[in-house]
Amino acid sequence: MSWLDKLLPSMSRSVKTEPSSVPEGLWKKCVKCDAVLYRPELEKNLDVCPKCEHHMRIGARARLGYMLDEDGREEIAADLEPKDILKFRDTKKYKDRLAQAQKQTGEKDALLVMKGFVQGQPVVMVAFEFAFMGGSMGTIVGEKFTRAAELALEEKCPLICFSASGGARMQEALFSLMQMAKTSAALEKLKQNGLPYISVLTDPVYGGVSASLAMLGDLNIAEPNALIGFAGPRVIEQTVREKLPEGFQRSEFLLEHGAIDMIVKRSDMRETLARMCGAMLHYQQPQPVEEEIQQPLDFPAA
Amino acid sequence: MNPNYLEFEQPIAELEAKIEELRLVGSDTELNISREIENLEGKCQSLTENIFSKLTAWQVAQLARHPRRPYTLDYIYNIFTDFDELHGDRHYADDAAIVGGIAHLDGAPVMVIGHQKGREIADKVRRNFGMPKPEGYRKACRLMEMAERFKIPIVTFIDTPGAYPGIGAEERGQSEAIAWNLGVMSRLKTPIISTVIGEGGSGGALAIGVCDKLMMMQYSTYSVISPEGCASILWKTADHAADAAEAMGMTSDRLHELGLVDTIIDEPLGGAHRAPMTAADNIRQQLISSLDELKALSEEELLERRYDRLLSYGRV
Repeated sequence: MSWLDKLLPSMSRSVKTEPSSVPEGLWKKCVKCDAVLYRPELEKNLDVCPKCEHHMRIGARARLGYMLDEDGREEIAADLEPKDILKFRDTKKYKDRLAQAQKQTGEKDALLVMKGFVQGQPVVMVAFEFAFMGGSMGTIVGEKFTRAAELALEEKCPLICFSASGGARMQEALFSLMQMAKTSAALEKLKQNGLPYISVLTDPVYGGVSASLAMLGDLNIAEPNALIGFAGPRVIEQTVREKLPEGFQRSEFLLEHGAIDMIVKRSDMRETLARMCGAMLHYQQPQPVEEEIQQPLDFPAA
Repeated sequence: MNPNYLEFEQPIAELEAKIEELRLVGSDTELNISREIENLEGKCQSLTENIFSKLTAWQVAQLARHPRRPYTLDYIYNIFTDFDELHGDRHYADDAAIVGGIAHLDGAPVMVIGHQKGREIADKVRRNFGMPKPEGYRKACRLMEMAERFKIPIVTFIDTPGAYPGIGAEERGQSEAIAWNLGVMSRLKTPIISTVIGEGGSGGALAIGVCDKLMMMQYSTYSVISPEGCASILWKTADHAADAAEAMGMTSDRLHELGLVDTIIDEPLGGAHRAPMTAADNIRQQLISSLDELKALSEEELLERRYDRLLSYGRV
């Protein structure tokens, strides 16, 4: 072994253990493989690590930006704001938590709704903002989701949802629980009217969101390696007092157990959504340019 | 400490023990102590009234879980006649944490479905402490769709700490099973009445609780997460369960005030377990009158009403 070979491993180790030298903003570290990534390049790759293919969590606005055609986007029910109906207070007031989340994310609540197109096909698309109180579902999330479903019904187009949520929002207590019934009822209407609902599950989806709108898709699609389940791993471990199997509650685990239709990479998502919506609504496929066909002279009569 | 009484009920337990003692003495001797007993009974009554007039949310939560509280089957046998239990989801198993079947209420058939907790240790285990697995929800769904086919109204009883958080339950799609029921129940063409009789624990409760009329027993609770669970997430320790119970507003009176619950069913003094037959009769009366109301609606009216009701939750 040359002196250089001996030196290299330790050098690469020292690079890995000093993330603090990375300037904030322009660089981002992959949470899975620790690779330090140049942010503009990462964004070009739809926030998927080019080294290990880890699909990073992304905000709702970035998500819809990646998934919808650039032209013809329109945000729906953007003005809806949460209210503190119960005057809920734990170690902090709910009102203060809301204000903080709004400041931090620039969003009014944890769901974003847009009308737009995917490869030219009209859709209503919603995305959860996980950074807003863990993407939790309270009355505003439920209301916006329901309005999105009703809009899809009106426009006779598919509804597509990107979920990322810890579940129902505790600070709105039973009102939050009822949003599970409310959103499921709206989806049932869509179903009865023959309109597709595609649920895309992204890391992570749990609790009341998983046990309502996220699992009710005509198609349930997951991003690779996302954590998806009803109860969180810690709660299950405490209940059953055994170690959870490898890969438990990951997308691949769900596919194997029959809970989802497919796992689709972020880079293939738009195309897959367009193809599936197209098939379900019998949209005209773009036809290959017709070439003049030479009729064979001795074509036998049928 | 008397295990049949909760901590805040101990003064009542002591007084009742004293009365019992006097009774024994009374039957032994010629002494006339009936006046003394009467006096103490009056005292006990007013003490109970006093304690129960100012229960905290946490005390109600304990009552809702009282080990002697009537469970679904107790009510089924005392409210309905001719109950035939129906088993299984036709796919995987029969989940004993949910019971269901056809019975008669005031002479007319109904489909009854409810969470079932066990009374003795072995029974508790068999019923998984009232925590259903996906097959339980799928059985409920099967029975409800059958009820729709035969135009039989559905009556559900809610009493669960929540859906079971286990490995097998996750593998078999706990989330999907719950979500599926929510969708199906929103469009079933038959009246649905749900009554929370004990613990209404989160999605595991709601999965048989989408309805045209929601009723709650006076000392039952209904919430998005258990007070302990809420406390351990928001306060970082389950010791704050009482605060969480208060903050979430999980009691019948509070939820009625908020417009989330239609009817509160009165319980006998000291809770349903002190006079189960009275409690059952109160439920029975409410079920009969509510069903009459709902049966008067046309199918379209019923469904439209249910949809509007679901969409009105938190509508801004």
